[in-house]
Amino acid sequence: MSHNPSIPHRLISQDSPEAPSLVQAILASVWSPVNGFLEWFGELGLFAWQVLRAAIRRPFEGRELIRQFDEIGSKSLPLVALAGAAIGFVLALESRSSLVRFGAQSMLPAALVYSIIHETGPIVTGLVVSGRVGAGIGAELGSMKVTEQIDAIEASGVNPYKFLAFTRIMACALVLPLLTLAADFCGVLFGWIAEILAEPISFHRFINQGFVGASFSDFLAPTFRTVVFGLIIGMIGCFQGMRTKGGTAGVGLSATSSVVLSSLFVILADVILVKIILVFFS
Amino acid sequence: MMHVGREVLPAVEERGAIAPEEMPGVMSDAPAVVLRGLRKSFGSQTVLDGIDLTVKSGETLAMLGRSGTGKSVLLKLIIGLQKPDSGSICVQEQEVTHLELDAMNELRKRMGFLFQHAALYDSLTVEQNIAFPLKRHTKMTEGERSDRVKELLASVGMEGDLKKMPSDLSGGMQKRVGLARALALKPGVLLLDEPTAGLDPITSGEINDLILKVQEEHDMASIVVTHDLHSAKTIADRIALLHEGNVLIEGTFKELEQSDNKFVSEFMKRDS
Repeated sequence: MSHNPSIPHRLISQDSPEAPSLVQAILASVWSPVNGFLEWFGELGLFAWQVLRAAIRRPFEGRELIRQFDEIGSKSLPLVALAGAAIGFVLALESRSSLVRFGAQSMLPAALVYSIIHETGPIVTGLVVSGRVGAGIGAELGSMKVTEQIDAIEASGVNPYKFLAFTRIMACALVLPLLTLAADFCGVLFGWIAEILAEPISFHRFINQGFVGASFSDFLAPTFRTVVFGLIIGMIGCFQGMRTKGGTAGVGLSATSSVVLSSLFVILADVILVKIILVFFS
Repeated sequence: MMHVGREVLPAVEERGAIAPEEMPGVMSDAPAVVLRGLRKSFGSQTVLDGIDLTVKSGETLAMLGRSGTGKSVLLKLIIGLQKPDSGSICVQEQEVTHLELDAMNELRKRMGFLFQHAALYDSLTVEQNIAFPLKRHTKMTEGERSDRVKELLASVGMEGDLKKMPSDLSGGMQKRVGLARALALKPGVLLLDEPTAGLDPITSGEINDLILKVQEEHDMASIVVTHDLHSAKTIADRIALLHEGNVLIEGTFKELEQSDNKFVSEFMKRDS
């Protein structure tokens, strides 16, 4: 194509077929995050596959697993117990005023126990642990990544997917139901304390009334769905940590994204699992 | 004290021989590391473009070159931390590029790696750092392990720092501990990534002396990536200069100094 010297170059390039149209620009701006999300999911899938492959091979890292139980379990217990207690206390106070309005205050123990065991206990535990442990794992592994400690582990003939990731994911998955039980217990206990402030009732009677009509499956399925929460928290924390790039800024980003993504996926998983539990255990 | 590379090192045969059963990593006369047509790119940037190199058992090769020429990448390719785009890496007669993970980990037990910033495990003490590979890969009792750790720390002049955390150590001390950890399993191949980078001249000299000492004691093949010409001159039997993704020249320090190539003479004059 010959160039007419009287037409400025800038105008020619604007009209040329190479210039992206408005539709193309909009499509590109939509596609870019979608592409990024799909890429992230693909990499997460590969990561999960590598962890799974490493998990079924010897050695099984029992000692490191026990250490992680302590790091993730014991050290999260006070926070989870406190969160459970606060939720139980507030739930009892709020529920009482509503139930009194309908003359159904005798239903309070049952309503409280049902609410805590079915939903509040598991989701609060999931979110508290995703905040504390998700950030911890993301930051710890991120820092190890940028200081080449993960490379050093690999260079010494140890599989980091097993030694670092599998042990943390497994510890999260196994510890979450136990922490949920602790949160449930504290929630019920402090619900009772809130109740006796308004109307004296023995703990024995409160518990008897609370568990009226409750079966083992009421207890089992909601508690054990936190195994999935644990898998999510551990997997995302390890994945974000082990793919950290850059220096301290990268470590901070990994810690933040671990918390945000694991909390988001815990909530999504909760929605899906509640539906499944309602179908199979109703 | 001025060291002069090859003159200061006795010939491989003259160095202290260590019984083969004590040195699981040392092979026969076969070359310890052979690289053929090694290529590695990151996106559109070609870092290594057909590297050919051979390192014999007991020999120390220093890799020189400008920043970003892929020297550290080369070490990571050799130990399998990164995969090459094409080419062959043979370590102690085993082709690294085709190895399954378990076999690669077995091979890694016969290799030691000193990272540029030592990469000590910051949640473990000095003692635990050095004991880490021993605990994982040997059936030593706790007592034997403790003795071995003390022996290794003594060999790098840090016998009194067992219980210190890495954050309590200076850069030079961290490098010493990193070197002790790299030597824990008595490797046949030692890879050193800038062992004197960021250290003052006195500490650099100490690290160089230490490397010479462990080479004499352990008789292994070493590849040393460095920018430090003095260090290369002191510890290396042979030097390879990387330029534009390839080995521009290979030879003794003296041969490189006498080279007519403009880039080589420019490079050698900068620091000497």
